[in-house]
Amino acid sequence: MNDIVQTLIHRREAGIFVMILLITAVVGAVEPRFLTVETARIVALAIPLILIAAMGQMMVLVARHVDLSIGSIMAFSSIVAGMMFRDLPDLPIMAGVVVAIALGTGLGLLNGLLVVIFRLPSIIVTLGTLSLYRGLVFLVSDARQVDPQFIPRSLISLSQTSPIFGIPWLVIIALAVAVATYVFLDHSRLGRQIYALGSNPVAAPLRGIKVVRVTLLVFALSGALSGLAGVLYASRFGYVNPGITGVGFEFTVIAAVVVGGVSINGGVGTVLGTILGVLLLGLVSVALPILGVSAFWQDVFNGAVIVLALLIDRTVRERSTRALAQAGGGG
Amino acid sequence: MTDTTQGKPVQQPVLSSHEAAAARPLWQVVLIRPEVMTLVLLFVAFGVATRLSPFFADTTFILESATFYVEYALIALVLTLIIVSGEIDLSPAAMMAFSACVFAALFKAGVPIGVAMGASVVTGALMGAFNGMLVLWFQLPSIIVTIGTLTLYRGLAQVLAGDRSISGFPSWFIGIDWKYWFGIPIPVVIFVVAAIVLGVFLGLTVTGRQIYQIGTSPEAARHAGIRVRRIKMGLFVLLGVTSSVAGMLTASRLASVRYDMATGGELQMVLMVMLGGTYIFGGRGSIAGTFLAAWLLIVIATGMNVANIPITSQLIVMGLLLIVSIVATNAIYARTQR
Repeated sequence: MNDIVQTLIHRREAGIFVMILLITAVVGAVEPRFLTVETARIVALAIPLILIAAMGQMMVLVARHVDLSIGSIMAFSSIVAGMMFRDLPDLPIMAGVVVAIALGTGLGLLNGLLVVIFRLPSIIVTLGTLSLYRGLVFLVSDARQVDPQFIPRSLISLSQTSPIFGIPWLVIIALAVAVATYVFLDHSRLGRQIYALGSNPVAAPLRGIKVVRVTLLVFALSGALSGLAGVLYASRFGYVNPGITGVGFEFTVIAAVVVGGVSINGGVGTVLGTILGVLLLGLVSVALPILGVSAFWQDVFNGAVIVLALLIDRTVRERSTRALAQAGGGG
Repeated sequence: MTDTTQGKPVQQPVLSSHEAAAARPLWQVVLIRPEVMTLVLLFVAFGVATRLSPFFADTTFILESATFYVEYALIALVLTLIIVSGEIDLSPAAMMAFSACVFAALFKAGVPIGVAMGASVVTGALMGAFNGMLVLWFQLPSIIVTIGTLTLYRGLAQVLAGDRSISGFPSWFIGIDWKYWFGIPIPVVIFVVAAIVLGVFLGLTVTGRQIYQIGTSPEAARHAGIRVRRIKMGLFVLLGVTSSVAGMLTASRLASVRYDMATGGELQMVLMVMLGGTYIFGGRGSIAGTFLAAWLLIVIATGMNVANIPITSQLIVMGLLLIVSIVATNAIYARTQR
């Protein structure tokens, strides 16, 4: 029993969960209208896109890389899908979804190829492709927005209608992605190899892990999920704008992921933690306006939370290293 | 692909103990420097741009169009020192915005303009010191921590200035890009002077050379008695101060300040440093390279403008350039290593 309590206390997820409860309680005490079903619905609709992209970013970070281009990938998939809906109205929606995911995968794969072929730091490569892909968005769209009347009603209804318990389709899709990511990461050989690669890139090839293949995979997955988030953006917001869609999205997602306990040093991170991180950021984004705090504070909060999460991550890592050393010394 | 020898023992030419290795011919030594590549590219770009539009060959026109880019270029000079020392900072564009907002907000609140400018510089220094503190005291990787502070500083700018633009500065303050010193716009003069000072500092002073040593091997530098932390902290603070100056130059040029000043500018800054042949992993690079790369970017951007290529397509060019330049620099260094 004691062991279970100990484990729970030391799990990173527990800390985030407590913070979520605290924020809910405090905000709820100050503004009772925070604790309503309506608020829950707003929060639920605020997070699916972030959650889907966060699953991809988490895998990239676990492999000890980072992907800054996800906002631009999302915009590219979104604008192309939107233009298909506009220019080819007879096409089934699924075609748009498939194209968006395929384009995302392609752009993600290109990131991965640049990283593995030229052995470049992923952060600089994706800073470049962040700009490159955004430029492509403007190029293919002729810098024109896809207006709301062209987004199919059935796509928009994904974020308004619900199959069960009043939970919108959008949320269910996001949770399905999270479950699939969990199964993949925790119960497949390839998934475990991502952790192995990230925790020790030098040892990984010696243990028979195909480093190139795993690296390409995480970038492709991150791209694919950003592509999916792109087509869902059209559903959620009902338009696609080349200069607005996905701008700054990468910072929100990275903030959510590192808050969720994913280590930037690779090898550490869980789906549950990431979900909680996304939830925490979503809660705050909804709580700020309810408390009458200017929405401008959102970025300050995100930035502070990234720095804080990095500091906590470092402290935890130091402590566990020390604990390991002590255990080794005692035995 | 470029680095096939990595991980395997490198074949050294066998040297007898009394003979020195044959010196590389001078032309190879010169040609293999990445700055030379930048210079060649600069001439090529200039040639192409002149063909696109005859107006381009007019020096005054280039100098006038340079004022927009020298704000980033000024920061890129200091960023070069930071990257040579083995760190990176992605937050200067956000530091520009916040320090400029501090300046504008104080000025609007009735503070004398000189004091407001001083406060802006101090804010820049503090932000740089905060970055340095996180990187040096808490030993967090600069590349990711400055993504956090980039979001943080941009957010603070938004909180301070809201979504309005602040203007109404006195007439002597605005339009510094239209003031000249012997026919050269003042921002360009500032940039050139800064490049000379920093170039001498990095290339010829003891502290400057120590920055290379820190970037090549921080461990060895520490054992050699170099004050690694103090030097790096100094560089981070200097970057903050420079960002504040660049922010005020921007404020003067636009005659107004908004929280979204220089959004995405970090790309151009890093691009200038990389294009100038500075090695992303530290230890190599030069101010001369960044200086040339800044002019290269100015020529490319202005050339695209006169050729009526929309700004949005320029994003593609900038992104491609960043990737190509870093690939090329890595290839050159991989070749000359050892």
